[in-house]
Amino acid sequence: MEILVCVKRVPDNEENEIELNDDGNDIERDDLVYSVNEWDNYAVEEAIQIVDEHGGSVTVVTIGDEEAEEVLRREMAMGAEKGILVDDESLEGSDGKGIAAVLKAVTEKGSYDLIMTGAQADAGQAQVGGMLAAMMDIPYASLVNKIDVIDDKKLKIGREIEGGDQELNEIDLPCVLSIQTGINEPRYVGIRGIRKVASVEIPTFNAGDLGIGADVAGEAAAKVKKVDYFLPEMGEGAEMLEGSTDEIIDKLIELLKAKGGLQ
Amino acid sequence: MAQIFAYIVHKNGVADDTALELITAAKKIDASAEVTAVVTGSGANLDTVCNEMAASYKEVYKLDNDGLAYPNAEVVRGVLVNALPAGSIILIPHNTFGMDLGPGLSIKVDSPFVSDAVDFEGVDGSNLKIIRQEFGGQVSTHVTCDISNGAVINVRPGPFLPDESKSAGGSVTDKSGDIGELATGRRYLETVIPEAGDVDITKSDVLVSVGRGIEDEENIEAANELAEAMGAVVSCSRPIVDAKWLDKSRQVGTSGQTVKPKVYMAMGISGSFQHLGGIKGSPFMIAVNKNAKAPIFQVADVGIIADIQEFMPELAEKIGESK
Repeated sequence: MEILVCVKRVPDNEENEIELNDDGNDIERDDLVYSVNEWDNYAVEEAIQIVDEHGGSVTVVTIGDEEAEEVLRREMAMGAEKGILVDDESLEGSDGKGIAAVLKAVTEKGSYDLIMTGAQADAGQAQVGGMLAAMMDIPYASLVNKIDVIDDKKLKIGREIEGGDQELNEIDLPCVLSIQTGINEPRYVGIRGIRKVASVEIPTFNAGDLGIGADVAGEAAAKVKKVDYFLPEMGEGAEMLEGSTDEIIDKLIELLKAKGGLQ
Repeated sequence: MAQIFAYIVHKNGVADDTALELITAAKKIDASAEVTAVVTGSGANLDTVCNEMAASYKEVYKLDNDGLAYPNAEVVRGVLVNALPAGSIILIPHNTFGMDLGPGLSIKVDSPFVSDAVDFEGVDGSNLKIIRQEFGGQVSTHVTCDISNGAVINVRPGPFLPDESKSAGGSVTDKSGDIGELATGRRYLETVIPEAGDVDITKSDVLVSVGRGIEDEENIEAANELAEAMGAVVSCSRPIVDAKWLDKSRQVGTSGQTVKPKVYMAMGISGSFQHLGGIKGSPFMIAVNKNAKAPIFQVADVGIIADIQEFMPELAEKIGESK
């Protein structure tokens, strides 16, 4: 099975406290630690496991600048055979549709049975996979937490739905699946693994190579635009307990006693 | 202004809480909007929901077909493309069904898509101004959406108060003739309900709930000791289950358990809306997090900036002494 996994380089939620910049219109991007989007990493692991069992190969693609290459190499160190980088300044400011159109053009450069994305990324939009499938006129399933290959024509998949229930579906290939965290346990990648793939050539496409014009992707084509960032209203917010640890704990125990928190 | 439609999620003949929240959301887009409810399904359950919605929506579109008995977004998408006028604004709850439906629908109706809207700030020319959140709620953004050819907007469950007025005196219009051919590329089989775990966190009045801040599986023991000292039960947020450190039955959130404790201790939990969506009944919430900007501090009653690794053992010890 030929599998394409779409990945994104994002600020690492575990390593950073996201703050506003001095102008208050964007997040502070200096000194941010970046990594591969967590959901995408599960998707790559799942793709590798499918290929290990059923044959084929995994290709990872990302849209970004040259720094985005590091996430491709990381995923290739996990076991993805090929990487594709789409790097073009004209794509900055694309909305979800623009990104999906670029990815569709990438799929047309190859031949894939299965395309995967993470269920969502840093902006929590959860949109590109569903858009890509609709543009390609192939089936889609979101929040996938289980994949069984039935044969080369169809899969049995589980979707994570409310309350922890799992919705089982049969889906025809080719299709697009967005992958939920927890579907597997992504393997560890060490420095040595990344070194091993350091010299593998990664083909780079620009918008022109993919036949993507300014009317399809990029800021001018975007119908959905981000204006600025701001800090969410605090509402009443929590009463912050301050002082020495002992003072804080004494006060907390009092509160717990009053509210029935100590049984 | 384009016509506004609200997609009604329902189950076993009962409309989801979002059914009345979408009225409020629509009025924030256009105060004079006559919002139309769209209900897909089959048989008696569908009729029950349609009749209930007619109390709150002036017009209710009923789309009745055996193939719609289970809400498979791939099937529903084609039905909405056929049954709704071009250029409409379509509001969908941002839940596991809406995430499945909205993005693809926006392609098929050739309208822009906005995901997980938490508020609307009116229309300027052809641009609707929307508030979203990024990075798990750590920052908010203003987004504009050109609605000159309609829009598909996924609306977060919760932030919009339900419109309980039930004064629409509306009517149900059977649009089933517009359904057209149903998509077949993805077929619903069954829903698997997870096995019950060793404890039922929904029965506990006091929860010590741990999140990513626990950092290491070994540190779960500190949470266990604190819970024991308090007479509480340990629950957790999603990353702990993903890491397989605790059983799925201990997960609080929209994709886990819905709990109604009296006291909720959020230890090293950032406070994503999916997590908070699983906490009902306004418990007294105490948040401990080393990140002063964690969104959990916006909703907690009491906040403490501390590393839970150090804080939990000290608290457990002091509670032991105070008994």
